[in-house]
Amino acid sequence: MSAELPPSTPLPIPKSFWDNFTSGLFVMPAVAMFFTFSLYPFFNVFYLSALEWDGISTLRRFVHFSNYIEIFHDKIWWLSMGNAAYVTLLALTLQNALALALAWLVDRDIKGGQVYRSIFFLPPILSGIVVGLIWNWIYMGNYGLLNYFLKAIGLDALARAWLADPDTALTSMAVVHMWKGFGWGFIILLAGLQGIPRELYESARVDGAGELHIFWKITVPLMIPVFILVSVLTILGTMQIYDLVVATTGGGPGYHTEVPMTRIIAKMLGSARFGYACSMGVVFGAILLTLSLLQIQISKRSRVD
Amino acid sequence: MKKGLAGILLASLVFTGTSCNKSDAGDAKGPVTIWHWMSDREDAFKELADRYKAQTGKEVRFELYAPSEAYMQKVRASGQTTTLPDIFGVLGESRDIASFIEAGHILNVQPEMDKDGGVWRKRFYPEALEGNEFKAGNRFNIPPGIYGVPIDVTTIQFIYNKGIFRRAGIDPNKPPETWDEFIVDGKKIAKLGIPGFVSGWGDLWLIECLADNLAFNIMGQDKVIATYRGTVPYTDPDWVKVFSLFDELGKSKILAEGVVTMINKSAEQLFSNERAGMAFNGSWAVNVYSGMNPSLDYGVFPTPRVTDKHPRVVWGGPGSSLMVNAKSPRAQEAVLFLKWLTDGPQQKYLVTSTKNLPSIEGVSQDIPAVLAKFADGMKISVHPSRLPITETSPVIERFDKAIQSIIIGEKTPQEAAEDVESAKKEELAKAANPQ
Repeated sequence: MSAELPPSTPLPIPKSFWDNFTSGLFVMPAVAMFFTFSLYPFFNVFYLSALEWDGISTLRRFVHFSNYIEIFHDKIWWLSMGNAAYVTLLALTLQNALALALAWLVDRDIKGGQVYRSIFFLPPILSGIVVGLIWNWIYMGNYGLLNYFLKAIGLDALARAWLADPDTALTSMAVVHMWKGFGWGFIILLAGLQGIPRELYESARVDGAGELHIFWKITVPLMIPVFILVSVLTILGTMQIYDLVVATTGGGPGYHTEVPMTRIIAKMLGSARFGYACSMGVVFGAILLTLSLLQIQISKRSRVD
Repeated sequence: MKKGLAGILLASLVFTGTSCNKSDAGDAKGPVTIWHWMSDREDAFKELADRYKAQTGKEVRFELYAPSEAYMQKVRASGQTTTLPDIFGVLGESRDIASFIEAGHILNVQPEMDKDGGVWRKRFYPEALEGNEFKAGNRFNIPPGIYGVPIDVTTIQFIYNKGIFRRAGIDPNKPPETWDEFIVDGKKIAKLGIPGFVSGWGDLWLIECLADNLAFNIMGQDKVIATYRGTVPYTDPDWVKVFSLFDELGKSKILAEGVVTMINKSAEQLFSNERAGMAFNGSWAVNVYSGMNPSLDYGVFPTPRVTDKHPRVVWGGPGSSLMVNAKSPRAQEAVLFLKWLTDGPQQKYLVTSTKNLPSIEGVSQDIPAVLAKFADGMKISVHPSRLPITETSPVIERFDKAIQSIIIGEKTPQEAAEDVESAKKEELAKAANPQ
């Protein structure tokens, strides 16, 4: 039984309170930054998407869901989504296949593996604008390196302004994107491959399994979590492609290489429709989230199977 | 001990929070800060800042943010958070400047310009000031006034390589006067294996400049304005004629391959490396070319005439303008600096060091001959900011993209006209029924 305190004495603050309070204060800067730079903008974009506003003026008109309704009738927006989806499809297949093949080769302790590792990871660390400008000169019509090479080997008929021809502009841009991006997949896939215990391979070889068999029966199943990660990162990174488009085609010719990010920027800065651009951002974010979740679900199911 | 630690952390949080509210322009005693995007003038501005300090003892600080798209994103974001510097520029249309004025970010400098019998105002070319002026009854309902101080003017014209002209058998002293002559000369150059004409039409506004010049010549200013108002359709034969000129250009094979997605910097490199006979570019190109190829021998001519029915024009007006932050405690000092910057000696220095056209009269005698040709274009110049109405952005975008499609052979002039007209109708419907 505890002794009673005199009525005038304030209740002592328990030590655990000060411990929690101090810990809380240490966390506060991070929480404040998270609220300021992540949560507030996240929720504010929903509010802004319901406005007709030029981004500067004090005049803001609340338009409810009009911007969202307009998006569903905006043919150029959906065309840009289709363009981004096409580039994403190429990146998911060709880019990641190349990344896996190279990672698999480097994982086999080939001579100069470290050098290859550095070389393959060089393109991703270059600025998108710089890469775009370099490839502009490769793809150029009259004086481009690619056309020069094609003409030198007698394939004059194939020479063209690769980035200005509607038949090749988007694919040419996708090639640049894949060249720039495959290094990320390579590094992650290589890390995944190196995490697989070597004993598994050795046991399989002792049991008489061939290299292809080992790849399909050991490497692939164990790499599925890594494949999921690389796929999700590829989808998110490619759908949001922007700097390369600006540096290579500007979205042209016509609307052939427009992507969602160029449309959002065009509406925000070109047309000064801040609210509409925000609603585009919300729709785009929702689509990316859905795609990512779908990808994870499909991959999980295939892992279970 | 724990209480003390908690107290220190709490205090630091409070101080961090309060310091976030301080705007860039919040300290009246600091230097006048200027945000600009003109990377080619960075050194000249720094030199002028030093001279200003030497003369007045007052410090000004130029901060460069490039490219211009990134600069405008920064200015817009700062406008939203009221952290604009003392002096800045708004790159865009009158509509964009009007938004900043409406939000109270830009000072009306007209009272300062009109002081002492309008000494400051009288320095400028009228065309340079008109682009920064909002007149009574303007469509944005902005109080009449002058909201920007032009530091240079610009015209966009045709440029030709005299050496290539000679090699193609064309008299370098007789650049094309008419559209037909332009096409013929371009074909002669193309026969040398050199593209006859290049322009950075991946930057859409350059297409618009040329198309506007041609439209003004073909149908006259009144009809162009009537189209913007929605009373003349883009399917009008005169507009189809404008589109058909680009069709002719595409089919003539005189264009550099890939011109529709080429950025202007690449086009400038091609022309300065003597890999194209003619170019369509602005007066800033004089400085750019001198940096890329100082021995380049070239001349300038206005947009070739298509018809004699209406005068031929060139796109021109204020080049770079600076605005004073109306909310800055150093607004008065900022005005004083801009007065000094647009005075004769400083303008002369900018002209000679950066080869841009001056915004004030009386220093043109110091400019190179080729730049003087660009300056001549001001006499027949048109500029959207001087028109009573301008086209809406979605229609302009569709217009420029349609011309790209014509050049690559994807659309006929008639199809392009119909496409642009459909965008115009959408805009007119939106204006009639705002949601």
